[in-house]
Amino acid sequence: MIKQEKMAIVSQIEIAKNIFELTVAGSLVQEMNEPGQFVHVRVADSFEPLLRRPISVAKIDKEASSFTMIYRSEGRGTSLLSQKTERDTLDVLGPLGNGFPIEEAGKKAYLIGGGIGVPPLYELALQLNARGVETVHILGFESSEAVFYEEKFRMLGDTHIATVDGSHGTEGFVTHILNGLPNDFDAYYSCGPTPMLEAVQWAYPEKKGFLSYEQRMGCGIGACFACVCRTTRSETDYIKVCSDGPVFPAGVVIS
Amino acid sequence: MTDLSVQLPGLDLKNPIMPASGCFGFGKEYAQLYDLSKLGSIMIKATTAEMRLGNPTPRVAETSSGMLNAIGLQNPGLVKVVDEQLPWLEQFDVPIIANVAGSLAEDYVEVARTISKAPNVHALELNISCPNVKQGGITFGTDPNVAKELTRMVKDVSDVPVYVKLSPNVTDVVQLAKAVEEGGADGITMINTLLGMRLDPKTGRPVIANITGGLSGPAIKPVALRMVYEVRRHTDLPIIGMGGIAEVDDVIDFLSAGANAVAVGTANFVNPFVCPELIDKLPERLHELGYESVQELTGRSHRL
Repeated sequence: MIKQEKMAIVSQIEIAKNIFELTVAGSLVQEMNEPGQFVHVRVADSFEPLLRRPISVAKIDKEASSFTMIYRSEGRGTSLLSQKTERDTLDVLGPLGNGFPIEEAGKKAYLIGGGIGVPPLYELALQLNARGVETVHILGFESSEAVFYEEKFRMLGDTHIATVDGSHGTEGFVTHILNGLPNDFDAYYSCGPTPMLEAVQWAYPEKKGFLSYEQRMGCGIGACFACVCRTTRSETDYIKVCSDGPVFPAGVVIS
Repeated sequence: MTDLSVQLPGLDLKNPIMPASGCFGFGKEYAQLYDLSKLGSIMIKATTAEMRLGNPTPRVAETSSGMLNAIGLQNPGLVKVVDEQLPWLEQFDVPIIANVAGSLAEDYVEVARTISKAPNVHALELNISCPNVKQGGITFGTDPNVAKELTRMVKDVSDVPVYVKLSPNVTDVVQLAKAVEEGGADGITMINTLLGMRLDPKTGRPVIANITGGLSGPAIKPVALRMVYEVRRHTDLPIIGMGGIAEVDDVIDFLSAGANAVAVGTANFVNPFVCPELIDKLPERLHELGYESVQELTGRSHRL
């Protein structure tokens, strides 16, 4: 069930250049189950900036009743968010959308992430490993400065890193790594920039895959029709990324 | 006991607060969050004769204390709205105001004729002010004669009272208000969004795919308030005021300027519980100001 709550900020740490890990606590966490869902946060008490910011959930800790978000500070809103401290509260609406179907993973899954699309794959990896699924992580970043959670992913399975400038791991994109990996997995899950999602689904047309999309949003709950995409199902079919997704099976969304 | 009720043509409102068209879909999303029966009314998303897929994305962009949108009247079309969305809304004890849009006058007439027969549609809101579609919309709302004629045509076929939604993108909004009054309008809703744009400073490109969009949110409240005030000076028609309402004093302001009820739009995106919160806060605020009913406060700025 979707809730709105002023949550307590537990910690906020810059874990890579302009990348912040923000943990908040409150009863809303008890509503969270699926990896890949997101929350909509209000960064100011005033109406400037006006709209909420959608941020994906990177880790759910039901026992501590807290969850962790990882976001990049790059605009007005996220920059204000990055200045919040343990003394502040955060207005959170969520959990929103539909996450990754973990029951579809089979025995072995590839988790393919790019940049700020990497965070939701962390909770996914935790939940898949808890079910005994072997996970392989293929993660792409701009440069060594932007890399985060490499060790955390490594604890859960094979982890391959690509950076665009070659300053860490393989030079280039995640697809360069995928070319050298065996095709012995049952399903893949991916989140990242749209061109990456396109490249990944073209690379594995015969595999079961689930992609998490990003689109400029208004309300975050499906009412405003800002984040629609056409689909391959018919000429007139469309989906709303926020409430029908953000995760869709590969081959459905025309981005 | 503060009296929040408002009686308007076709509308027996338990309170003067309702979500504005286009900001609330057909209610399903918000029904997950609270009981829609609490609302004074619901202005449902614009309905056109045929299904519309709307504009390309990006469709929204944030601006200073506001946002631009160019959704493009995306909706499932008249048949689906009448067969699916409106019957679903019947479970709530709330009168519906159906927003009617089209490309040609005949489209408006067709939608109005059919949708006004739905049992829970108690009024129509004639959308002659959408700035984001190439045909129809605002083209009917900027020429007084065209607006008057369209109002008359829709009045002729509608089973329920007709409110006309005015655009702020005109030189003289009073002239438009008088024109639709002459056309037989039962009321006015105002204002729709203000035409605007935002550029990406890095590239110079418009942020919204449609290039321009409609500005809404707290940024437009002074313009909306001024227009409601001006129109109230020239007509006794009921006015449902809107434009940047987000807090209880915004409601007070619009009622003071002469609105009989108010609609809340963009604020629903910021705080999805804004409408029930405003309904809860209004009695106390009225009482603090020395008023025991909404009706008593309405239009007070004109009586000073």
